Amino acid sequence: MNIFDFSEGREGYYGEYGGVFLPEVLHATIEELLACFRECKSDPNFWREYVELLQNYSGRPTPITHLPNLSRRLGGAQIYVKRDDLNHTGSHKINNVMGQGLLCRRLGKRRVIAETGAGQHGFATATMAARFGFDCKIYMGAVDVARQRPNVFWMENLGAQVIAVEDGQKTLKDAINECMRDWVLNMADTHYVLGTACGPHPFPEMVSWFQSIIGLEAREQIMALAGKLPDRVYACVGGGSNAIGIFQGFLSDDNVELIGCEAGGLGAGSNLHAARLAYNDASVGVAQGFKTYFLQNDQGNMKETHSIAAGLDYIGVNPIFSYLWEQGKVRFEAATDTEVKDALRLTMRTEGLIPALETTHAFVTAIKEAPTMAKDEVILINQSGRGDKDIFTIADALEDHKWKSFIRGKSDQYQREDN
Amino acid sequence: MSLATYIAQRRQQKPLLIMAHVVCGYPSFEANIRALEIMEDAGVDLVELQFPFSEPSADGPLFVRANEESLKAGTTIDQCFELMRLATQRFSFKIVMMGYYNTVYKMGEALFVKRLEDAGGAGYILPDLPIEESKVLHTASAAASIDPIILMTPTSSDQRLAQLGAASRGLVYVVARKGVTGGKTDMDDAVVALIKRCRQYTSVPIGVGFGITCREDLDALTGVADVAIIGTAALKAWESGGPEGLQAFFKALTV
Repeated sequence: MNIFDFSEGREGYYGEYGGVFLPEVLHATIEELLACFRECKSDPNFWREYVELLQNYSGRPTPITHLPNLSRRLGGAQIYVKRDDLNHTGSHKINNVMGQGLLCRRLGKRRVIAETGAGQHGFATATMAARFGFDCKIYMGAVDVARQRPNVFWMENLGAQVIAVEDGQKTLKDAINECMRDWVLNMADTHYVLGTACGPHPFPEMVSWFQSIIGLEAREQIMALAGKLPDRVYACVGGGSNAIGIFQGFLSDDNVELIGCEAGGLGAGSNLHAARLAYNDASVGVAQGFKTYFLQNDQGNMKETHSIAAGLDYIGVNPIFSYLWEQGKVRFEAATDTEVKDALRLTMRTEGLIPALETTHAFVTAIKEAPTMAKDEVILINQSGRGDKDIFTIADALEDHKWKSFIRGKSDQYQREDN
Repeated sequence: MSLATYIAQRRQQKPLLIMAHVVCGYPSFEANIRALEIMEDAGVDLVELQFPFSEPSADGPLFVRANEESLKAGTTIDQCFELMRLATQRFSFKIVMMGYYNTVYKMGEALFVKRLEDAGGAGYILPDLPIEESKVLHTASAAASIDPIILMTPTSSDQRLAQLGAASRGLVYVVARKGVTGGKTDMDDAVVALIKRCRQYTSVPIGVGFGITCREDLDALTGVADVAIIGTAALKAWESGGPEGLQAFFKALTV
């Protein structure tokens, strides 16, 4: 199936989801972006340049790793992992960002802005900006700045300006609003590097296109490694860019089940989660430039969301997924904060892998389902990011006393140096 | 009476009308009423009632905070329509709804138009609803004599202005500069040229907003535009000087 063939429907719509809902002042900018994107997408040289850039700069293709210990322990399906955590900057975010960097250069713009939740997208954008020579400003919710200091540190040292957004609930959605406010003023020289497959058209399509490199590689690799297509593919879904990336490798395979794993936070019914499709709390709305399922109240105002993983802590979901979910093409499940901590411990101890907290949501669901599957069945998990960046959050979650005394010691040392 | 007729009638007595702005429930509904009384006394001709939204991405810092505080205080859509009903009964100015499209989408377009009509509203401004997405709403509101207020901007091409002009009814809102609400705009030749360019593509009255703060701005717009739209500057006056501050602000504008 080609989800990006709009010849029979409305341009930028996936079923009834997607579209462009932006202030009139951005109309010309979004038209310019769309025209440039169409040009890039139809130019084979652009894709070739993109792939070469990722090979030389980010270490693509990322491998697929078999997890024999975890598979044995669970006693069911064979588990394989697509290692997008091995990218430069530690996550799949760099794929989209380098692609948009090439596109920004073609647009002739010299400044980039981006929102970031966990900081991975901001980190990747700051890296890209340094490499391409763009000015760079990153908007990040103040809550996320506080919980993701290591990424803020890198962004600033790479030359980006990081703005802590104090509006709303001070997380990802508020950072997106602030990017929009910057963009409506500075669109003449500024490209908005949106980090996920959300927002107004053409962003969902564009981000999906760049991330499709994951699925393209993975399909070939798993066939070579496991000798067959996977029976199930798992990916975590915040905005939904890594998931649509890997899923695109298998969308036309009817025997491959695709499972999106959302942030269950404190669980169903808790009102403190970010599960738009797996739980029954979301409804269709229009915000942040597009139409999709949002966690909102009956007045159309967005609800507070919560997740242990800043990168999944978002009110809306990729409009393509709203459509594919309704079509029964992608199944959605949620993993709670507690389940994530347990799965992370298990994965570290059995396989020596440290998935990001976001990614670990996909591991939770796969770990739950693997024992119910036959030993000759194959599971593929997209390891979208690495967990090193989460060291503070993970140390807190695992109540690591040695880490705490290390931090206390550091604090004492800085105080002594100040005096 | 339609918005266009109302504006035409008022324009016979005044060269430049004024549209003011109130965020429903901020700082409180009592304060809203007081502000509206002051606006009535100052001879304000039109008022936008902003229905607060959790993601006001086209607004600047002052209105962002006003939206947030209002929602935090528990403001509901029912209360906003009730304020509109009270105000249209009591005051002589016309009232339009200003807000974001999700408020309308979530309640349903037909119901929104009906509630607006019942409350005496004359139109609506939805900055995140482009004309491509507004067919259903525009059709429903045409049947109820409610006017969509369409925005024209400095970045709009002539081709785009023609499309916007074709969809315009009641009043066109010309955005004087790029960016969000608040901040200052020089009402210079560029703004006048923009208004003249917009005028070529629509026959409905033209209001100009974004950055109008003082008497000099109004002078610059007189004879060029039909309505001066004042938002942030008035809220600033209220925030720093309360009701007296707002009174003084409008007095300085109109004397």
